[in-house]
Amino acid sequence: MTCTIPGFHLSSIGPWLTLTVTAILILVLDALSPKGRKVCFSWLALAGLAVAALQTIGLWGRSGTDFAGMVYLDNYAFFFYLIFILGAALTVLISRAYLEDYGKNLGEYYALVLFATLGMMLMAAGAHLIMIFLGLEVMSIAIYVLAGLFREDVRSNEASLKYLILGSFSSAFLLFGMAMLYGAAGGTLFLNDLPQRLGADPAMQPLILLAMGLLIVGFGFKVASAPFHMWTPDVYEGAPTSVTAFMAVAVKAAAFAAFARVFFLAFPALKVDWNMLLWVLAVATMTIGNIAAIAQTNIKRMLAYSSIAHAGYLLVALVAANQLGAMSLLYYLLAYTLMNLGAFGVVILVGRKKDSYLNIYDYSGLGAQHPVLAAAMAVFMFALAGIPPTAGFVGKFYIFSAAVQAGYIWLAIIGVMNSLVSVFYYLRITVLMYMKPAEADLGPVAFSPAQTAVVALTAAGVLAIGIFPGGLYNLAMNAVKIFPGL
Amino acid sequence: MQLPILSILIFLPVVGIGVLVILDRKRHKVLKIATLAISLLEFLFSLPLWFNFNSQTAAMQFVERREWLPTYGISYYVGVDGFSLLLIMLTTFLTPICVLATWEDIQHRVKEFMVCLLFLMSGMIGVFVSLDLFLFYVFWEVMLIPMYLLIGVWGNPARRVYAAIKFFLFTMFGSLLMLVAILVLYFHYGKTTGTYTFDLIKMYGLAIPFNMQFWMFLAFGLAFAIKVPMFPFHTWLPDAHTEAPTVGSVILAAVLLKMGTYGFLRFNMPLFPQAAHFFVPLFSILALIGIIYGALVSMMQTDLKRLIAFSSVSHLGFVMLGLFTFTMPGVQGGIIQMINHGLSTGALFLIVGMIYERRHTRMIADFGGLSTPMPIYAAIFMIVSLSSIGLPGLNGFVGEFLILLGTFKVNKLYAVLAATGVIFAACYMLWMFQRVMFGKVTNEKNQDLKDLSWREIAIFAPLILFIVWIGVYPDTFLDKTKASTENFLAMMEKAKSTQVSLSHVCKGEAR
Repeated sequence: MTCTIPGFHLSSIGPWLTLTVTAILILVLDALSPKGRKVCFSWLALAGLAVAALQTIGLWGRSGTDFAGMVYLDNYAFFFYLIFILGAALTVLISRAYLEDYGKNLGEYYALVLFATLGMMLMAAGAHLIMIFLGLEVMSIAIYVLAGLFREDVRSNEASLKYLILGSFSSAFLLFGMAMLYGAAGGTLFLNDLPQRLGADPAMQPLILLAMGLLIVGFGFKVASAPFHMWTPDVYEGAPTSVTAFMAVAVKAAAFAAFARVFFLAFPALKVDWNMLLWVLAVATMTIGNIAAIAQTNIKRMLAYSSIAHAGYLLVALVAANQLGAMSLLYYLLAYTLMNLGAFGVVILVGRKKDSYLNIYDYSGLGAQHPVLAAAMAVFMFALAGIPPTAGFVGKFYIFSAAVQAGYIWLAIIGVMNSLVSVFYYLRITVLMYMKPAEADLGPVAFSPAQTAVVALTAAGVLAIGIFPGGLYNLAMNAVKIFPGL
Repeated sequence: MQLPILSILIFLPVVGIGVLVILDRKRHKVLKIATLAISLLEFLFSLPLWFNFNSQTAAMQFVERREWLPTYGISYYVGVDGFSLLLIMLTTFLTPICVLATWEDIQHRVKEFMVCLLFLMSGMIGVFVSLDLFLFYVFWEVMLIPMYLLIGVWGNPARRVYAAIKFFLFTMFGSLLMLVAILVLYFHYGKTTGTYTFDLIKMYGLAIPFNMQFWMFLAFGLAFAIKVPMFPFHTWLPDAHTEAPTVGSVILAAVLLKMGTYGFLRFNMPLFPQAAHFFVPLFSILALIGIIYGALVSMMQTDLKRLIAFSSVSHLGFVMLGLFTFTMPGVQGGIIQMINHGLSTGALFLIVGMIYERRHTRMIADFGGLSTPMPIYAAIFMIVSLSSIGLPGLNGFVGEFLILLGTFKVNKLYAVLAATGVIFAACYMLWMFQRVMFGKVTNEKNQDLKDLSWREIAIFAPLILFIVWIGVYPDTFLDKTKASTENFLAMMEKAKSTQVSLSHVCKGEAR
């Protein structure tokens, strides 16, 4: 028996290879370096991410598939690569000083972040459902470990275990859905082939619908959409803050990348069905996230519920299912990466000494004691609330215009009313920072250069792409050209 | 090349913020002088607008246009016509006065206060000059942040946070629905004409089915009615006004409320003319309720600031009533009344602020006989009160008279009811004045209050100048609005005669 290996170009997966090699290098160096003398892994990780970013930019504009049709080469994937890389790089930057506080500045942390990023890239570029599943697992396993990084901490353990068990559950749902699709489609899982195959036999319709539902459960879990969001607050609260930040932005982005691609490409014929389902999910997710966030006093939990609400807004973009909606998904995820990572950067800076200041009332008087830090936090809060001239506003503007364009005016109205609710809890942080006296002297904040840089860069970025959204709009619009059906 | 005056007006305060940021935060006087200089410079730059304004045309003037997000049809498009000119002048004229009024009032976090003030200024000008719906919305929302901070940080400790959040949420509620309406309008325009744009002037001529106009008028109208505020959306106003620092109240009353009425004039009515005609009874009646209810509630207030706040509800009711007459005197009167209210209510808040600085109370019961220790103060207070009541010869009369004239042409009953509002205004203002100013000094603490300083007199001098000017020779100001008003009325008239069939509902929109 002969076995032919189809041709492939390693350059197509250059960013993946770079990240893998860097991660392995970090692991090896970690093992070889004598105890106590730590190599600067964060810089190595950053260098790897930088090279991957350059490679991605080099790939920009390519189209088609590679590796026997398993990998998409398109701007949609590359745009997401850049979002993941940005998210990972900012995470690495905020991590070091934070982890050192805990004595956990370990090589494997950075290696796992890189592996997770790799998994995300697989999800964004997977042209075959199994590829997407592999990506999801590579990402998830890395995140399970990262969530439990603080082994001595009960909450961190709880977060890790909860995420592992529920996550495996959701993966099973996803896989089951894929298996059904495989059957229904007569033996293929290539996204490109699915649309025709699925339409071939009307008798398969119920099976396909079931499969689609299971896929929604699987992806819904990863994007933290209601009613699959129960894990989010506990895991976000318990996990190390830097990991929470990474989960909130990059994992969500990756899940949405795959979610959107699968549904836009594979199920155009069933648009009516999944539109209806996602409409309900979007409304539930926004509403539950926003209303629950009002009641939170722990800033990490508040941001967890806020991230659920943001998943709801992003689902609105999926429901709209038009070019504008797909574009807004990309724009919003990038904007969200900046504003949320920035907010978590401030949480880490204010939290200090092993996260001892995580209550929202610890932000009282921050405006007087650390005006610049408070101003940055205010920018992030206003951005998350969607108030101009920030990126958050432009993102919401895009999403709701997509909904209106698709005729979902009520969805848009529910969406904006949800933003109104969200204004309340984001505003509360600014109220505490500026309008309440400090409950106690906050004491000095240790501004490590890397963390300060993250906060400054993200704040500047949030304002910059909010005031000048044109360039990104064009890039994102170009990236979603791959969905001609929309 | 023509000087881009409007952009200078919008961005000069932003540059000013940059200057303030590098100044030393401990040197309060320097910060205040710098802000005063910037606001005076802004006023100087706004003068050419006034003098070079061509009052013969209704077209937009001083127009600037730059692409912002061209693929989306969003541009940086600003211009001025007769409606916005007066409001811009009011804004730039009041800001230096406000800065002067902070001299003794604001003593902590001066730097942040001044930054907020300049930020607010930039936003206010932006709202009045935007001719692109997206741009307008951005400025409209941006302005919320500094105002929210002004109320929340420098307001009265007891209830400032409540008032600030209430202000923010109320305004945001309306504007978010307006955002959806803007989007619907945008896509409707795109579908009908094939070009997607947020250009307001282009949208003016758009034929919109009545059914759609109905809802969009309500969505835009809610945003503006909350801002005005019209009864029953006024509940945020007494809180915000009362809790805000003096300068905050002044700007809130003088400029921010005008954004609501301006919004009706600039956006709601010309964009949805048929719906505007349809809603005349509803809005007129709400305006009348506002006039009478505001006046009656004012009468019962024990807190000076709350009294003035409720009187604003009444005064703005007049403005809305005038605008919804769609007659020349009614609309012109409405515009001039916006300015009048800005001047006299602004001055009243300053007056209350000054007595509050001296006595740290605003309760009417704590005063009495103040005219004995403070004669100059009493004189100024009298002039401003009379202007607010509408004494002939002062500005309030001109506005109210024109509005009543316009209303009388359209509906006699409305005019009669509105006129009672004027009588009530005389009641609450004069009664309040009597209790605060006349009689014997009942409270010993008021015995040796200092009269106004030169700085404080300087604050009032320009205000009183214009109060008298508008009262004696309003043509200076009416002339500027004439062409725009005529054009506006012609547009509204044309829409009235165009029959719109109700069956012509755009089915595509209601999928």
